[in-house]
Amino acid sequence: MELIFEKSRPGRIATGIPKSDVPEVAVTSIISKSLFRDDVDLPEVAEVDLIRHYTQLSKRNFGVDVGFYPLGSCTMKYNPKINEDVSRLPGLTSLHPYSPVKFSQGSLQIMYELRQHLSEIFGMADFSLQPAAGAHGELTGVMVIKKYFEKKGQKRSKILIPDTAHGTNPASGALCGYHVVTVRSNAEGGVDIGHLLELMTKDVAGLMITNPNTLGLFERNIEQVSEIVHRRGGILYCDGANANAFMGVTKPGDLGIDVIQLNLHKTFSTPHGCGGPGSGPVGVRKDLVRYLPVPRVIKKGRRYDWKYDFPDSIGRVRAFYGNFNVMVKAYTYIRSLGPDGLKRASEIAVLNANYVKERLRAYYDLPYDRICMHECVFSGKRQVKESGVHTSDIAKRLLDYGYHPPTIYFPLIVPEAIMIEPNETESKETLDAFCDTMIAIAGEAKENPDLVKSAPLTTAVKRLDDVKAAREPDVCWRKA
Amino acid sequence: MDYVPHTPEDQRQMTEIIGIKTVDELFADIPEKYKLKGLLDLPPALSEQEVAALMKGISSRNAVPPITLMGAGVYNHYIPAVVGHVISRSEFYTAYTPYQAEISQGILQAIYEYQTMIAKVTGMQVANASMYDGASAMAEAAVLAAKTLSREKIVIVRSVHPEYRQVVGTYAWANGYEVVEIPYGKSGQLDRDALSHAVDDRTAAVLVQSPNFFGIIEDIASIESTVHAKGALLVSGFTEATSLGILKPAGEMGADFVVGEGQSFGNPMNYGGPYLGIFASTAKFLRKIPGRLAGATVDKEGKRGFVLTLQTREQHIRRERATSNICSNEALCALAAAVYLVSLGKNLKKLAELNIQKANYLKQRLSELEGWNVVFPAPVYNEFVIRCPDPKKVNQKLEAAGVIGGYELEKDYPELGNSLLFCATEMLTKEDMDRVLSIVAQ
Repeated sequence: MELIFEKSRPGRIATGIPKSDVPEVAVTSIISKSLFRDDVDLPEVAEVDLIRHYTQLSKRNFGVDVGFYPLGSCTMKYNPKINEDVSRLPGLTSLHPYSPVKFSQGSLQIMYELRQHLSEIFGMADFSLQPAAGAHGELTGVMVIKKYFEKKGQKRSKILIPDTAHGTNPASGALCGYHVVTVRSNAEGGVDIGHLLELMTKDVAGLMITNPNTLGLFERNIEQVSEIVHRRGGILYCDGANANAFMGVTKPGDLGIDVIQLNLHKTFSTPHGCGGPGSGPVGVRKDLVRYLPVPRVIKKGRRYDWKYDFPDSIGRVRAFYGNFNVMVKAYTYIRSLGPDGLKRASEIAVLNANYVKERLRAYYDLPYDRICMHECVFSGKRQVKESGVHTSDIAKRLLDYGYHPPTIYFPLIVPEAIMIEPNETESKETLDAFCDTMIAIAGEAKENPDLVKSAPLTTAVKRLDDVKAAREPDVCWRKA
Repeated sequence: MDYVPHTPEDQRQMTEIIGIKTVDELFADIPEKYKLKGLLDLPPALSEQEVAALMKGISSRNAVPPITLMGAGVYNHYIPAVVGHVISRSEFYTAYTPYQAEISQGILQAIYEYQTMIAKVTGMQVANASMYDGASAMAEAAVLAAKTLSREKIVIVRSVHPEYRQVVGTYAWANGYEVVEIPYGKSGQLDRDALSHAVDDRTAAVLVQSPNFFGIIEDIASIESTVHAKGALLVSGFTEATSLGILKPAGEMGADFVVGEGQSFGNPMNYGGPYLGIFASTAKFLRKIPGRLAGATVDKEGKRGFVLTLQTREQHIRRERATSNICSNEALCALAAAVYLVSLGKNLKKLAELNIQKANYLKQRLSELEGWNVVFPAPVYNEFVIRCPDPKKVNQKLEAAGVIGGYELEKDYPELGNSLLFCATEMLTKEDMDRVLSIVAQ
């Protein structure tokens, strides 16, 4: 498909600019000519060209509204349309962040109540809504930990992270100046308690776990893990990426979690927008609230206001207050589902994952054969051994059948990993059709491995050359 | 309304296949004492009609005045209708990060085009697929400079947006870096003597903004040599992206990184977010910059296609040795920015000119009022600082008349007591501004 630049024709415009209604002054008399640029080299197209270009591009893109999207750890549940509609109310979209608080009471109410609801769902004392995404929330959470020890006058230089963790965890720890130490997993996929005991020394700030972990398994030894970390004065951090597994079933705060970050764009059904905007609220236990970012919404009587004066705060992690429009959708979602709906969402998410696990277990290796939570992790090892078909081939073959593939090659401790997160919004028929397809592909891998290896056959482009892309990087178009 | 399609019969069949009697059994790994006995203490579920009414009611507790004089990092611009239509296509907004390139060519190509347009408007060679916002983009550029050069001092000009300075401060603190603030001079541009004095061979980066927080255009070309003479890197920021339509971009004046807020490119003000952080650099840093990059390549039949590339920089491959921890970015906002830039095309310059004209008119007329004086002589884009007898009272009068007034500078700049930062974009008509003048003159 042509690039928009290749469709450009000198002299075409898509949007006109109003004539100036103020007395015209030569701009060069306002600003010295030497500060001006020569030209702005942007495409010149008509409005119809623009719309057709992006409509064609959209047809080359796969979203949840197009089909089943069991991308593990990403919680690609259906995004209810009412959430989109209310988030576009002009009263919410057109407000300047520095509007006087008396003009902003509605927005402040949403943020205040969202924080309250998240605190209740996760059993934390309070949340900050400022972080813009999950990894940003992790960074903020680790900063809170750093500030906590700084205020206590303790020097702790290390942070522990299990080998099953998302890559963002070690990267967030490192971006806070911590030395990252990896904790091994045990044979059943949980934290290796012996290894944790050995590593959890006085110079360790804490442990960043993911629960349920990235194998989709609940940390059975959570009590013991919590006890070990806390006994040595550490902080227990939980990556809440997998929070869709337990809403209304258990609360991380009750399990001994001190700091948790959420991904509203996963658990609370706000759409991912091809990779953002997200929103990554951070919840903390009571004595850590004072370290959360500023400003914070407070309520005085029936009026909401901003408060900036929290001297122990880590400060700001971004400008303004966070991805407000994403919060609106998450708030609407919580209000739609209510306490029983949230619980049912988690229960059915777990039911769906176990159903898929059960239906596929005879066809793909299951490295950790336990009840899973909201996602299940298979291995394509058998297919590699039998016919040289890799997990990446299976994923590409799924494209031909109209599915978004599961997350692959993650977690790293499972070779040829296939991580399936079906989500509660998918029906039994959808799961059955997907499982039938996975079974059919397992058959194809045996009988016609070349077919699977040459997939996808039906997409707009065939397999792309990643090596060329990295060796001869072309990230900005230049006229030939 | 829970959006779960399961009928009781579906659920019965599924539990039977799994070999359990009730769904509760699936939660056996959670120690019994930690399981909630009752329901969460939340307001009861609502139907779609009820929740729509609820949200309409809450939104009506906001008031959006038809006239706003507030800029200060977020700008009220007209958004062409095409922007909303494109980003409302659910093939875009309901997709995840394009990990599976073959079914994500739409966003990958759109981001490649976005990166190209950002590189062009900033005058840089490469741009990434976006950061969280302008402030975090600036902070990450500072951290990257410090890591790359193994230096620990960051110099920032006091005329950089106060909240950006705070974010840089937070990131620097977390990494143990020192932040040195240098003043602006009488003209409103940075104090060049203070800069020469502050930059030494421990300095990793100099962070400057143009137009700066006061709307003033900095002379980037004249400071470039001071920064580079000591081996430091020049990070040039902006908060008002439409200024790129007319002002010489920092990339043409020796900046190593250009970072800024892209909200003005087709994104509503949304009470603070989501926006997008623009991040561009010289080609030299291509393999170090944070965030996603879409790159062109070919498929096995030789057809052009796009992938996420140079991923070995990123956290999911390199973990604690990654350039940054960023994963999700602001892709849909970047798509909006791309559509906006295509929609305006060469007219981005005309739009920028119109902003200059409007702000100049308001500035001239306000400065004619008794006791009102423009504080800085240096040229401005669409914002300016003006001293007046009683800024609080001015804003109260405006508020009472349904106008959002200017930014009261005293809270961040005690030395600028009695000063307001006003902004005029293409959204203000002459009639609006004349009304403002009559309100404040009363």
